[in-house]
Amino acid sequence: MPQYEKILLKNMEQPGYTGSLADYEKTGGYQAFRKVLKDMQPDQVIEEVKKSSLRGRGGAGFPTGMKWGFIPKDHPGPKYLCCNADESEPGTFKDRQLMERDPHQMLEGMAITCFAIGAETAYVYIRGEFRLGAKILNKAVEEANAAGYLGKNVLGTGRTINIYIHAGAGAYICGEETALLESLEGKRGQPRFKPPFPATHGLYQMPTVVNNVETMANIPHIMNRGGEWFAGIGSPPKSCGTRIFCLSGHVMRPGNYEVPMGITFREFIYDIGGGMRSDKPIKAFIPGGASAPFLTPEHVDVKMDFESVAMAGSMLGSGGVTVMEEGTSMVWAALRLMEFFYHESCGKCTPCREGSSWLTQILQRIWTKQGRQGDLDLLTELCKNIAGRTICAFGEAEVGPIQSTLHHFRHEYEDLIREADVMRPKSKEIPVFNP
Amino acid sequence: MLLAKFKDEVEEILSRYPVKRSALLPLLNLAQREEGFVSEPAMRDIAKVLELTPPQVFETVTFYTMFNLKPIGKFHLQVCKSLMCALVRSDDVVTWISKRLNITPGHTTPDNNFTLSVVECLGSCGTGPMMQVNDDYYEQLTEEKVARVLEDLARDGVCSLKSGPYMYPMPLSQS
Repeated sequence: MPQYEKILLKNMEQPGYTGSLADYEKTGGYQAFRKVLKDMQPDQVIEEVKKSSLRGRGGAGFPTGMKWGFIPKDHPGPKYLCCNADESEPGTFKDRQLMERDPHQMLEGMAITCFAIGAETAYVYIRGEFRLGAKILNKAVEEANAAGYLGKNVLGTGRTINIYIHAGAGAYICGEETALLESLEGKRGQPRFKPPFPATHGLYQMPTVVNNVETMANIPHIMNRGGEWFAGIGSPPKSCGTRIFCLSGHVMRPGNYEVPMGITFREFIYDIGGGMRSDKPIKAFIPGGASAPFLTPEHVDVKMDFESVAMAGSMLGSGGVTVMEEGTSMVWAALRLMEFFYHESCGKCTPCREGSSWLTQILQRIWTKQGRQGDLDLLTELCKNIAGRTICAFGEAEVGPIQSTLHHFRHEYEDLIREADVMRPKSKEIPVFNP
Repeated sequence: MLLAKFKDEVEEILSRYPVKRSALLPLLNLAQREEGFVSEPAMRDIAKVLELTPPQVFETVTFYTMFNLKPIGKFHLQVCKSLMCALVRSDDVVTWISKRLNITPGHTTPDNNFTLSVVECLGSCGTGPMMQVNDDYYEQLTEEKVARVLEDLARDGVCSLKSGPYMYPMPLSQS
């Protein structure tokens, strides 16, 4: 198994490392924050992050430094930082490990970010189910407050940085940045129309930066070792640094692995993940969480960076790689994902709200061998009318699994519909649909 | 009144936000923690504290799947059924529990001990199949493990098989 230098997981993999403040300080924790406060101006911090080419680790991959740069400098009111710890993309479970095993790493990143954008208040929006993570983070914030890294008069500089942990209550869509802000304001978590963007009108209509946990965790390392160092890792110029990829499905060794971006899926799935769990070969895989279209074995030599995966017709997204072995029905897989999207559609835009329920019903009837001729055309037509016609990217996400399985495995759908044709009684009665 | 009982905690929560309504989810979480579900009096109480109308609270509650609007059993078994867990046979977990407790998803045992729900992704895809019981995660479930969890919970109210701070795979130096 190839060994790569670990950055984010390095501390927590040391024997006996508990993630407490004392442990974190022993490994050089909060040195970056001290350095930033002592020697740097906010602009310099933003420049350094721009130099590192760090891109958001939540899914969209937006350049972090650029995002921070959009925050108006002369804004008279408060500015906010929100750390997106809603991690609810099926197939992704990296933030959970970062929060529960090394909470101070992300808190230090948040403190530096607050300094850079001039925010005094930051919220961690953590998904409601992660009770343990919220408990650990709350304790870490207490420790950092007591040690003077957070709170009023941070390290004697007179600056205020408060971090609060805010638990959600079970809604996938709250991982979308504007929905997260709505939810943080105590409303239904429905995405906002953009523009205006959160950088100018975010939380309470104030300038706001929303960053993923893994993005935040990278910041202290960039400050310690410099943007150029970071930009040299991985697959420069556009996909720099390491990423924690989450491996799940029919593989020998599922779990979180930190590797430089740009290795191939073959290396990741076979060398690092130990390959398939049985002698059945791979049939398909999802490269970046449930929202990413399926890829097939012919794509295993694609590089794991933003551009290469996009070229292959999918997206790197949140970094959740799910592998399916031969014998897994792709219609069933698409149906499972579609049921997820149907459940999680927030209901704001009609194409998504109505479309997700319609798509689910069609897939259900195909899977239970009650499909009809023309269903595949209907699916295609519906998908076209959802993607790109919604406020947020959920629309594209929900049609991804269907479009990609229809593209790569159309015969499976056709076989099921043909079976339904054979089984259907040949009478003149109007067929009744029993869901 | 529920919130009067936790005056300090409520005040601490309110102090985190410049706008009162932001405290809505934390207060609803508090209410559910105490009563096991979000009751109508609790919602009215919260509305009063946050200077909202009761419908504003209700419309928010109904959006989020974690809030129960009616009482449930002492232990809420939530089994993940999303694709990643389904690939490693999460449907079997539902069957094992159903058989053992003689209930179907969405129902509570007659002794009010267990409620079984089938839910969407809980962020534990590498260690599936899994379920959440109240605040705790139980991962890499097998039929034996499920049986032990249910037995322990029914007998002692706690089970030592619950997950600690997440790390998977464990590095060789720690396993």
